[in-house]
Amino acid sequence: MKKVQFNNKFIPYLFVSPQIIIILVFFIWPSIMAVYYSFVMQDAFGVSTQFVWFQNYKDALMNSDYYSSFGFTLVFSTFVTLFSLSMGLFLAHKTNGMIKSRGIYRTLLMWPYALAPAVVGLMASFFFNQSHGDIYHFLNQLGWKFDPTSDPFSAQAMLVFIASWKQISVNFIFFLSGLQGIPKSVLEASLIDCKSDTKRFWTIIFPLLAPTTFFLFITNITYSFFDTFGIIDTTTRGTPMGQTKTLAYKIYQDGFLGADIGGSSAQSVILMLFVLIITIFQFKYLEKKVHY
Amino acid sequence: MKSKSLLFIATCAMALNLNATTNITWWHAMGGRLGEVVNEMATKFNNSQNEYKVTPVYKGGYEDTMTAGIAAYRAHQAPDIIQIFDAGAATIIAAKGVVYPVADLFDKYGVKFNAQDYISGVRNFYADTKGRMIGSPFNSSTPVMYYNKDAFKKAGIKNPPATWEEFEKDAVLLKKQGYIGLAQSLSTWTSAENFMSRHNLQMADKNNGFDGFATKLYYENPAMDYHWDKLRDWTVKGYFKYFGRGWADNQQAFYDQKVAMWLGSSGSFGGLRKGAKFNFGTTYLPYWKKFINPGAQTFIGGAALFVFSGKNDAKYKGIAKFLQYLTTPKMQYFWHKNTGYVPITKAAYALAKKDGYYKTTPDAEIGIKQLSLPTQKWTKGYRLGNYVQIREVMTIEFENILYGKKSAKQALGDVDKKADKLLAKFARTYR
Repeated sequence: MKKVQFNNKFIPYLFVSPQIIIILVFFIWPSIMAVYYSFVMQDAFGVSTQFVWFQNYKDALMNSDYYSSFGFTLVFSTFVTLFSLSMGLFLAHKTNGMIKSRGIYRTLLMWPYALAPAVVGLMASFFFNQSHGDIYHFLNQLGWKFDPTSDPFSAQAMLVFIASWKQISVNFIFFLSGLQGIPKSVLEASLIDCKSDTKRFWTIIFPLLAPTTFFLFITNITYSFFDTFGIIDTTTRGTPMGQTKTLAYKIYQDGFLGADIGGSSAQSVILMLFVLIITIFQFKYLEKKVHY
Repeated sequence: MKSKSLLFIATCAMALNLNATTNITWWHAMGGRLGEVVNEMATKFNNSQNEYKVTPVYKGGYEDTMTAGIAAYRAHQAPDIIQIFDAGAATIIAAKGVVYPVADLFDKYGVKFNAQDYISGVRNFYADTKGRMIGSPFNSSTPVMYYNKDAFKKAGIKNPPATWEEFEKDAVLLKKQGYIGLAQSLSTWTSAENFMSRHNLQMADKNNGFDGFATKLYYENPAMDYHWDKLRDWTVKGYFKYFGRGWADNQQAFYDQKVAMWLGSSGSFGGLRKGAKFNFGTTYLPYWKKFINPGAQTFIGGAALFVFSGKNDAKYKGIAKFLQYLTTPKMQYFWHKNTGYVPITKAAYALAKKDGYYKTTPDAEIGIKQLSLPTQKWTKGYRLGNYVQIREVMTIEFENILYGKKSAKQALGDVDKKADKLLAKFARTYR
């Protein structure tokens, strides 16, 4: 048998180069620029630039609005992750138990996946509109003084609802394929040992889904941190009283609407570090508990 | 053979080039019907001569257009003309060398221009300290009050309120008929910036920012405190309602006849006339008699056209001609009639009067009348940096007042405190 091997040292590099170039151009380069801009003060049009060391970071961290935005982001991402993961799992489990209609349910539940966040936000803004929104009127008839334009809690709850709804289908697909990946023999064995459906789910199925859950947990957190931008921009735009601004949305507002490039770059560098830390933390501590 | 055909192609290209008109791109923020009118105006100009071709490009809302312009400038792809709104004016004016002041442009390319031809509320907003215009005012509007005539009739009120004192009395009568008295769009503009102007109050140091970089805002003052505490009080009593920060949501409440009065733009007139299923009238922005009598002038909102620097002579010549064309009485009247924005020159106003436009539609004249009141010390507008963010701070604090989280004095004090930081930052950026 002849071993096929490349003698040229450069060919492997050539093969990985498209990926490397994409990462360099779209991820590394912008990150470096963000770090650079976070140390300067520059006017909107870029005609005067001064190096100011950590002034932008100081301004961001001394601002009380920054902390309220930080707090909202944490609460928001916790609830979105919790709701969308549990609903996704619930639906996947129920669908997986079906025999005849599984295909139909699967297709229908996958649909929202195809929607862009901005589209979801726009649709939701009709449903929650105070003069002709069905959900708005429904919630008010239930006796909840629901008013996302004036009551921060209503607005936050609305965003959690919309953002979770959008993410459920993604979680559903992954959970469903995860469930289908569990060997039949294991399930059948457990069926003999235990009659309770709930108990079987929590002791056998759920632990076996751990890798999927872990993966989804991380992607859901990143989703609620960053991808919910479109939803917020098409619904509350940070209102009322600035209580529905995620960190990513605040960076956009300061940088693009307010033309404060230095300040918003400093905030994005802080956010970058924060996400880096929680990701490392997750991999280090949570992954130990995951058995592949 | 080959070289011959190449030569032929080259000649053709040259011939084309000789005949080619100079293209002028114009980025604007006028959507919907307004955008259509903008296109019509450009087409009229293009048909009136054959040297220049103006292409208007819609870039989204005011903020989007400004952001697009900034990004384009930084990438050396700036358009020739850009429409920048009032709150963003300081940002583009303070950036040295970014714009070609229109007064200079007109001087150099032989366009006759006299600032005194413009109506007084329009003249100063986009001008430097010497009164030389940097941007050419384009769509200009001012806050006015719209009222539901049917509702007033039902409540037995003869005239719309001229002062807030009168409003308080009318609101009681309107409430009995099931109406909320008032809603307002863009509170920062209608009930802060123009409130200060209407009461002839100083808004910021350095002559409201016209004489240099202002570092202090004066929103926390007895008149503003009083007014905003009143708005909170009226909210509780059901005389006023805040329908969120969206412009349209508050206007919708007026359409739906939930509220009897609405503070909006004089430019909203055209749209209201189409949409409202009831009789409505227009009147001046009310003022507090206890603080000033009679009320002072308001200043313009809306946007101006700025010309980017670094273009060639041929373009500038065309731009000068185009801007001149836009300010001709005929075009201004066309714009005024089709959109509801005020005519910006005295001649255009005179033309509209002569044509009998205000006889048939007296509501259309309120805005320009309010802008034409005599200029007083603090009615010229403002030139404040980072003002888009300051407005954001204001909106948040106003909501805190209206929902009873803070007293007006406290919230407005916080506005000043936070705004001062933003102003200082702006000043520092240009040091």
